[in-house]
Amino acid sequence: MRPAEEQTLTIYERSQEGRRAFQAPAAGVPETAVEDLLPDWARREAPAELPEISEPEIVRHYNNLSKKNFDLDTGFYPLGSCTMKHNPKVNERVAALPGHARLHPLQDAEYAQGALELMWNLQGALGEVAGLPHVSLQPSAGSHGELAGLLLTRAYHEDRGEHRHKVLTPDTAHGTNPATVTMAGYDVVKVGTAPDGGVDLDDLRSKADEDVACLMLTNPNTLGLFDENITEIAKIVHEVGATLYYDGANLNAVMGRTRPGDMGFDIVHYNLHKTFTQPHGGGGPGAGPIAVSDRIEPYLPRPQVVRRESSNGQGPSFDLEFDRPKSIGRLRGFQGNYGVFVRSYAYILSLGGDGLQEASETAVLNANYLLARLKDPGVAEHLPAAYDRVCMHEFVLSGAPMRKHLGLKTLDLAKRLLDHGFHPPTVYFPLLVDEALLVEPTETETKETLHAFADVLAEILREGGEDPEIARNAPYSTPVRRLDEAGAAKRPVVRQEL
Amino acid sequence: MAEASYPEELKYHPEHDWARIEGDTATFGITWYAQDSLGEVVFFDPPEVGATVTANESYAEVESVKAVSDVFSPLSGEIVEVNEALSDDPEKINSDPYGEGWLVKVKLSDTAEVDTLLDVAAYKELLG
Repeated sequence: MRPAEEQTLTIYERSQEGRRAFQAPAAGVPETAVEDLLPDWARREAPAELPEISEPEIVRHYNNLSKKNFDLDTGFYPLGSCTMKHNPKVNERVAALPGHARLHPLQDAEYAQGALELMWNLQGALGEVAGLPHVSLQPSAGSHGELAGLLLTRAYHEDRGEHRHKVLTPDTAHGTNPATVTMAGYDVVKVGTAPDGGVDLDDLRSKADEDVACLMLTNPNTLGLFDENITEIAKIVHEVGATLYYDGANLNAVMGRTRPGDMGFDIVHYNLHKTFTQPHGGGGPGAGPIAVSDRIEPYLPRPQVVRRESSNGQGPSFDLEFDRPKSIGRLRGFQGNYGVFVRSYAYILSLGGDGLQEASETAVLNANYLLARLKDPGVAEHLPAAYDRVCMHEFVLSGAPMRKHLGLKTLDLAKRLLDHGFHPPTVYFPLLVDEALLVEPTETETKETLHAFADVLAEILREGGEDPEIARNAPYSTPVRRLDEAGAAKRPVVRQEL
Repeated sequence: MAEASYPEELKYHPEHDWARIEGDTATFGITWYAQDSLGEVVFFDPPEVGATVTANESYAEVESVKAVSDVFSPLSGEIVEVNEALSDDPEKINSDPYGEGWLVKVKLSDTAEVDTLLDVAAYKELLG
């Protein structure tokens, strides 16, 4: 074993002057001095301070870092609201094909026909899933899709001479919803939750007025419950002239069974990293496409990928359409994170329409199966379901009785799960459930894994009854123990002096 | 403080706030249960001195590593002092919720409201 402090060195701290991973052979052609190639202003005065490392040291450094991660390829990861399903490896193969991976983002549309056709086809498939005909792939994250949705809402209202300043979000909403509302310059108005876990219709009626621009909703909601009043909700919202926005975070529950467009939603965003197997990760390239109804279409970001039918008997061609006078404009450079589109399109094609429906059905089945297992004695009295209904793709437990009877918080339980090789579910969200634990097993887990997880929860609770200190001090087996979260929030160290 | 405690001399509000009454002024804070539920507090957003607070309505926000939460006013009145020390050391709300972790001092507009608050026995009963 190497000492712990050495294991946490950064790549810069490992650097030794003059050490190299690769030595270029002597040039076989006459060399030109860099001064003759670049003008003064374009050249650095001093060399960049890059780490100087041997190849095995580089490999070990990053390999060791990767082992400190808990990832989906390591174990069960039932992180509610995040849809941590398996990302098929064939998608990576397809995205790495040189025709995709080496395509230059500035390539003329004429010479990128294959890529544009893929994007066109992906737009069509996503539109079919949402039940809304017009899709833009530009937004690069779910939150970016939300912002696009509110910018579209504003453009739609202003085009009609209306100036609205309020956006409704349920008190179960993802934190990004009210954050997006604020970013977009609207005022947040919270709508309450009824005893059955759905939107409180009376509260909605009392707050829906001509100042309301939009209601942002996810269905099923963050409690994992399908709001059966969605048709009535859509009616209330549309009667005051507002738009109905669908946060696609929970789309994995309903593919092929129902469609947001059919429920009355005007604008939808998709999280390709949740529903369509783009790997989650690390703030890397993402995509949060949006789909909209006919009345919102004129305002979509530009350029739009379009298909042009040929007049001379040849096949159709694909192009980027910039001439969109009512557009809200560009939301990012180039055409989005293309590799993400390739992976998601590969996933959609490999499952097909029936396969996507089966994925959603299995996700719901797995969640209900696990929820039923957790009603076993030894678990249910400590971790009861917050809403005792048939759930969709995820469900919420409350750790309040556990806290009261065993003196263990949901956080302690979550940390102890790590010692058993499971990533904890989402904790302390949704906010309206005391000591919440939001569990989303996804469709790609086996029955054996679901049983193993239920058994471990029961074991941690049994252990907690005997000696709660064990869980209170967990985890024991991870590279770091309890993190200083308050310190990270208040005194973040984000720079390293070289 | 690690162990639950609820001082006898305080009055309690069901939203897990306490009030220390001294004549027609009162000091407000959050209870041991509230700070324990929030987890480590990283930020306290106080109201302005001179602002009016109304019983049962939110008058400030505390942010913990988990969430941002409203703080409810146990009684009505006018803010006469806020705990400035919390801007640098909000963790005092966790370490000493009834002492250095006090939030605001209020000149009460209606001392009769005090009768609506819970005594320690009733508050403990509420916690179960």
